[in-house]
Amino acid sequence: MDYKFSINNLTYNFKDLKDLLAKASPHRSGDVLAGVAAKDNKERVAAQYVLSDVPLKDFLANPIIPYAEDEVTRLIMDDHNMEAFYPISAFSVGELRDWLLSYDATPKILKEISPGLTPEMVAAVSKLMRNQDLIKVAQKCEVITKFRNTLGLKDRFSVRLQPNNPVDDPKAIAASTIDGLLYGCGDAVIGINPATDSPNAVSELLKLLDDFRQQYQIPTQTCILSHITTTMEIIEKAPVDLIFQSIGGTQKANESFGINLNMLQEAYESGLQLNRGSIGNNIMYFETGQGSELSANAHHGIDQQTCEVRTYAVARKYHPLLVNTVVGFIGPEYLYDGKQITRAALEDHFCGKLMGLPMGCDVCYTNHAEADQDDMDALLTLLGVAGCNYIMGVPGADDVMLNYQSTSFHDAMYLRKVLNKRPAPEFETWLLKMGIFDEHGNRQRLTKSHKLISNG
Amino acid sequence: MDKPKLYKSKLQEDPYTLLRELSKARIALGNTGGSQSLKNVLQFQLDHAKARDAIYNEFEIKKIESDLKNLGLEIFKFKSKAKNREEYLKRPDLGKLLAETQIKNASGFDIIFTIVDGLSPEATLQSPKIIEALLPKLKEKYSIAISIVTNGRVAIGDEIAEKLNGKFTATFIGERPGLSSPKSLGIYTTYKPKSGTTDEKRNCISNIHSDGMSVTDAANLLEYLINESFSKKISGVSLKSDLKNHKIDHA
Repeated sequence: MDYKFSINNLTYNFKDLKDLLAKASPHRSGDVLAGVAAKDNKERVAAQYVLSDVPLKDFLANPIIPYAEDEVTRLIMDDHNMEAFYPISAFSVGELRDWLLSYDATPKILKEISPGLTPEMVAAVSKLMRNQDLIKVAQKCEVITKFRNTLGLKDRFSVRLQPNNPVDDPKAIAASTIDGLLYGCGDAVIGINPATDSPNAVSELLKLLDDFRQQYQIPTQTCILSHITTTMEIIEKAPVDLIFQSIGGTQKANESFGINLNMLQEAYESGLQLNRGSIGNNIMYFETGQGSELSANAHHGIDQQTCEVRTYAVARKYHPLLVNTVVGFIGPEYLYDGKQITRAALEDHFCGKLMGLPMGCDVCYTNHAEADQDDMDALLTLLGVAGCNYIMGVPGADDVMLNYQSTSFHDAMYLRKVLNKRPAPEFETWLLKMGIFDEHGNRQRLTKSHKLISNG
Repeated sequence: MDKPKLYKSKLQEDPYTLLRELSKARIALGNTGGSQSLKNVLQFQLDHAKARDAIYNEFEIKKIESDLKNLGLEIFKFKSKAKNREEYLKRPDLGKLLAETQIKNASGFDIIFTIVDGLSPEATLQSPKIIEALLPKLKEKYSIAISIVTNGRVAIGDEIAEKLNGKFTATFIGERPGLSSPKSLGIYTTYKPKSGTTDEKRNCISNIHSDGMSVTDAANLLEYLINESFSKKISGVSLKSDLKNHKIDHA
């Protein structure tokens, strides 16, 4: 197929689907760094015009990484559901965009067609959507998951409590955990990025969090975000609720993370055996983020946003409880400023949701990015409107272990207040019982005799 | 008629401020209607401002040169291919490459100490102190030169050492500023450095700043790495476990 478009006297040619997707992608530093971006604004719009006419069927006929070369492509192709695809099979990418925004595309219908969408189709349509389109369609996709509580309900908004410490000091971790719980955070998970990824250290942290959860009967799950091989080593001895792993959208990217699909499958099956969830068995927790393929030199000339959506095909195979895009962590060479971080987060959230994933977002930035708290406030609010399942809760937004700025417990309080959203139902009941929130979701005035404080 | 009431702005304190002693994290901040108090917001803005400014602060090459003057070492100066700070941030690939340079009469050295602005130029002002502390122990055994690079990344130290015929390089570089540590220095070492050397061939000493690792500790660790690398003729992952033991002994 010929991919070309003329503006006035100038004709723009695009080599193939991969080239077209990259050039149609809204501007970001990572695609420039990779040398795949449109060379100017006109070429980008030309690519978007051409992309809008590409039939969805073309994506099935032309994998952007050959089937024989990449196991993520094989997963995408082998798991594609033709029956679910049939109702949308006559669409071009542009027609899909218009239809997604229409009243016809109800939440129920979106869920039905989801397995018929490949990541490349979803990435393509997102490139033709403005921020408000991404928000509007994502809001129609409700993705509910369960382990010890119910996450992703429409009028709810959850938080991963992230009590990281640079040396995994148990007392410091406990202090941050208590603070977070007393601000209503922790319903998505209480999850620590360990400083040391050794089986012993991770086991000790797991025990610390699990004892704490049981002592106060908190209806939530805990997780140490160790490498999947570490988790597998200790899964029979330590209290593992969720299996965590960072994943990427190409086989080579996953190799750079030290994993492959077989390892994920094995871990998933072992985790299911544990039966630790009280009301559901979504046991996987994945983290993703645009740019990780380029950073591992594993991007095959594909733009970073399309790579990211391919990651979601990996995630959806294992019915995760939580997926989050760590959007601003990677640095300005991939997403330069608040504008690029915002766009990327809304894309990731929309694409993940449309593919049926329980998307959360680490609304974050590093100090060398052109971004600040105002950018994060705006993004947080947009994601809340879009129906994002959860964000991170870090004391004062300052992660003292990973050295970046995320969202604070207070940010979660803000979002729940202005959008009238509540914590996961089981967790909300606990917060009321513990006298932490009142029935309006307001923080109660606490005294030193509060159970969580006096025992701590 | 009653006098209108004066409103009071009263923060909700957290009755567990004692927990703050257990952690550097920003806990027990209190709140006003669930939001952060202005005091905390301003503290955060100040810390962020320091970190932001640290990236754009001037690289004081003259000061570094004058601090090194008495050591009597040859000093070379370079620039990377990144032309300015913005390009430096967007194109890490250019920060790893030397701009066209003419290197005259590089006779070859055992050790090249390369000082690179990195993401926190001010952090590199600690480098001369570390070199000064080390020098008496090194100069009997090794021939040493210094290079100073603007808009560089870690890997540029390897290319420079290769060009100067150096057997070993220690690259002193300003680390990405954190909210609590805007002026933190890192040191990366490579034995037999050449352009294209990858991370697993490097050893790293990080977090050198007033609240982190001291200049003296850093100098001791660096001396250890230099001697180990020269005696085992390696650097990187294979030296790592020994380094950990050394750290423990030292502590």
